[in-house]
Amino acid sequence: MAVLVAKGVTKRFGGLEALSGIDFEIKDKSIYSIIGPNGAGKTTFFNCVTGFYTPEEGEILLDGKNITGLSPDRVARLGVSRTYQNIRLFKNMTSVENILVGMHPHLKSGLIGAVLRDPRTVREEKSAVEESRRLLRFVGLRGKGDMMAMNLSYGDQRRLEIARALASRPKILLLDEPTAGMNPSETQEMVHFIRQLRDELAITILLIEHQMRVVMSISEQITVLDFGVKIAEGTATQIQNNPKVIEAYLGRGAASGLGQTDSKSAAAA
Amino acid sequence: MQTPASSPWKQAVQAGLIAGAIAVLLSLVGMVASFSGRFIISGVFSMGQIIFLAPMFLMTYSVLRRISPQSAQKAILIGLLIGLVGGIVLVALVLIGKSINLQVMFVNSSPVLHKILTFGLELVPGLLVLLVISMVMGVLASGIFLLPKRLAAAIFQGLIWVLLVGLLRDLILTVTSRWGPLAGLVRSLFALSGLKPVAAVLLFALIVGIYYWRGKKPAAPLTPVLPKPKQRPLVRWLTWAGIALLLILLPPILGIFFSDILDTVFMYILMGIGLNIVVGFAGLLDLGYVAFFAIGAYTMGVLTSPELGGTMTYWQALPFAMIACVLSGLILGLPVLKMRGDYLAIVTLGFGEIVRLLALSDWLRPWFGGSQGIQLIAQPSIFGFLLNTQQELYYLFLIGVGVVAFIAWRLRDSRIGRTWMALREDEDVAVAMGINHVATKLMAFATGALFSGIAGTIFAAKLQSVYPHSMNFLVSINVLCLIIIGGMGSIPGVFVGALALMGSPELLREFAEYRYLVYGALLVVMMLTRPEGLWPDARRRLELHEEEIEEELAAETGPAVMETTK
Repeated sequence: MAVLVAKGVTKRFGGLEALSGIDFEIKDKSIYSIIGPNGAGKTTFFNCVTGFYTPEEGEILLDGKNITGLSPDRVARLGVSRTYQNIRLFKNMTSVENILVGMHPHLKSGLIGAVLRDPRTVREEKSAVEESRRLLRFVGLRGKGDMMAMNLSYGDQRRLEIARALASRPKILLLDEPTAGMNPSETQEMVHFIRQLRDELAITILLIEHQMRVVMSISEQITVLDFGVKIAEGTATQIQNNPKVIEAYLGRGAASGLGQTDSKSAAAA
Repeated sequence: MQTPASSPWKQAVQAGLIAGAIAVLLSLVGMVASFSGRFIISGVFSMGQIIFLAPMFLMTYSVLRRISPQSAQKAILIGLLIGLVGGIVLVALVLIGKSINLQVMFVNSSPVLHKILTFGLELVPGLLVLLVISMVMGVLASGIFLLPKRLAAAIFQGLIWVLLVGLLRDLILTVTSRWGPLAGLVRSLFALSGLKPVAAVLLFALIVGIYYWRGKKPAAPLTPVLPKPKQRPLVRWLTWAGIALLLILLPPILGIFFSDILDTVFMYILMGIGLNIVVGFAGLLDLGYVAFFAIGAYTMGVLTSPELGGTMTYWQALPFAMIACVLSGLILGLPVLKMRGDYLAIVTLGFGEIVRLLALSDWLRPWFGGSQGIQLIAQPSIFGFLLNTQQELYYLFLIGVGVVAFIAWRLRDSRIGRTWMALREDEDVAVAMGINHVATKLMAFATGALFSGIAGTIFAAKLQSVYPHSMNFLVSINVLCLIIIGGMGSIPGVFVGALALMGSPELLREFAEYRYLVYGALLVVMMLTRPEGLWPDARRRLELHEEEIEEELAAETGPAVMETTK
């Protein structure tokens, strides 16, 4: 069953066609990657899915429900959650508070409850805090709940951002370059962590990633974008051997001479 | 404050010139002359003298802190130089003023001013004394700088306390006047204006002693973790009960005159708490906040004044005024939803002016009374007892502030407060987390508007009249200033800010004339030295001292952590 389906999604900025007719289907509980050179339209696609951009053509379905053109907060409440390429935490809030904001759609207390602090509100708040601490433990930030987000280390900030995205209990989690700026061992940990997310929480993950090693090792399906056009789709091996992909990455002409070794050079890049 | 390493002497001369220029400015705008009648220490030091000598003192201190000279000798010489240069500038002012008639341009360059600057002496000895005293100020500052930190801090406290007690003589005497034998004792400390010299020395010694003794404990270091309240519930309840009791007993202690000042302060606290929600919590800069105050006051006026056919009592009209304010908050909120920062500020500013101009317009005169305003507004009564004096109305303000502060505090720590905070931090991300920014922003605007409107209704009831000219832009600015001075996003900060900004000009009538000069200077100084405000929100303090915390963390856990904290 497909969680997220895109049908002919096209997004234009003035004369520039950032995305043209993108189609794909993401199966439930899979790890799906979008790769492509800089400016290929990956993040634009994320913004279309999360409701920040409205595509000019085509539609996006979440669990069969059309979410094209809905406002970002509605999309988020329907179960799409994301992280950012450059970490965007609420820096001056604590880790727990960051997660509590992520939990926002599931909390119900309103103005009156906040002022009167009736038993229901207190109970709800208490269990929300407990759950956020549980989430922190899950992502490996035990004991850092009361630290300001800005004082966390880089890797911890990445993890907190994912925890915040998980707090809304999404159906699909969009990760925008989760290993950006990480060294090889941190990257390895993150790969492991992403797999653990899918296995233990049973959610679908859509990934944008630059490091080929990461993409090839965890993705079940990969889509390659180049200049807003989908040029290939398939499993890791299929993608590695696709001449169009090699061309997009290494330039025209490179594809003809190079065979199997390309994947290695691409991975090195 | 990294400056290229220029010679300390050059810096000292520059600082001296700046100090001199500030002193000249303060003299020429008339502050020195108007404060010279107010003694801090009777017969020795007047506030006027402090105003033109303090620049040398403060400048020396700040220069020394910046360049931190190695030897004591050098520090003292720098102080001497700054005092000398500053003194020369002042001497020049007197000499020029005596030879050319500056009064054409500067009304205050009068013989009176010259007399104050020369300490009432003949010209030549007077100028020499001025120079010497100015140099003494510089040296004094160097001296304090050279003392151990703990003692220097205590001395600063002592100076501030003597200054405050001297200035607030009238208030202190009024408050203590009914304390029986104590009243006599307190009275004996004061002269006709300011403290008696002996009393000043005693007070100074006492305060320095207390602060020196208390300074033994090192200040709690800044930690990256938000501090949690440590007191036990009982202690907290007792503290609150004590504060409440004190606030209730204030008007009879203070008397009518000071109660009136207190009313003004509380009115601004009421507005401040409301604006704090909009600006401090939700990060929406609103410069037209007075509009809601006006709408509250005018609704009260229209509904209760028989002049315009209103027949309601205060309490009957109050719900309508509150609804009107909430609605107007929503009306302002809707068009500005997509605006951020500067644009939002400009539009709200316009909104404030529109409301004032509508109230003033001839077109709406039959409803709002035009420039004549509305008179005969009803005053509230509780159980048949009419509240109509300043002291009685204080209780209305007190109840208002109590309720509103409670609501603001509860909201801040709730899901809604968190939402506001998230929106302030990063609107796009907050929205991607499923927060409905329309509802959230409107809620902030409406709550802020409501609080301001309540202040407006009490204001109308207190004066029994409203005029368009009391709804001007400066009210918005005052409220914003007091929030900034008190500490953005901090509820106790609003109290401190209102007391400092609204209380002081009322207590010291001389200040009132220079109110905005002082506010401006205060804002600049605050931004440079203490941007988090007088009583900052714990979070805000951490935010603004991020670097210090990182240094501390690095120092604690060694260089290994430095790398990972980037």
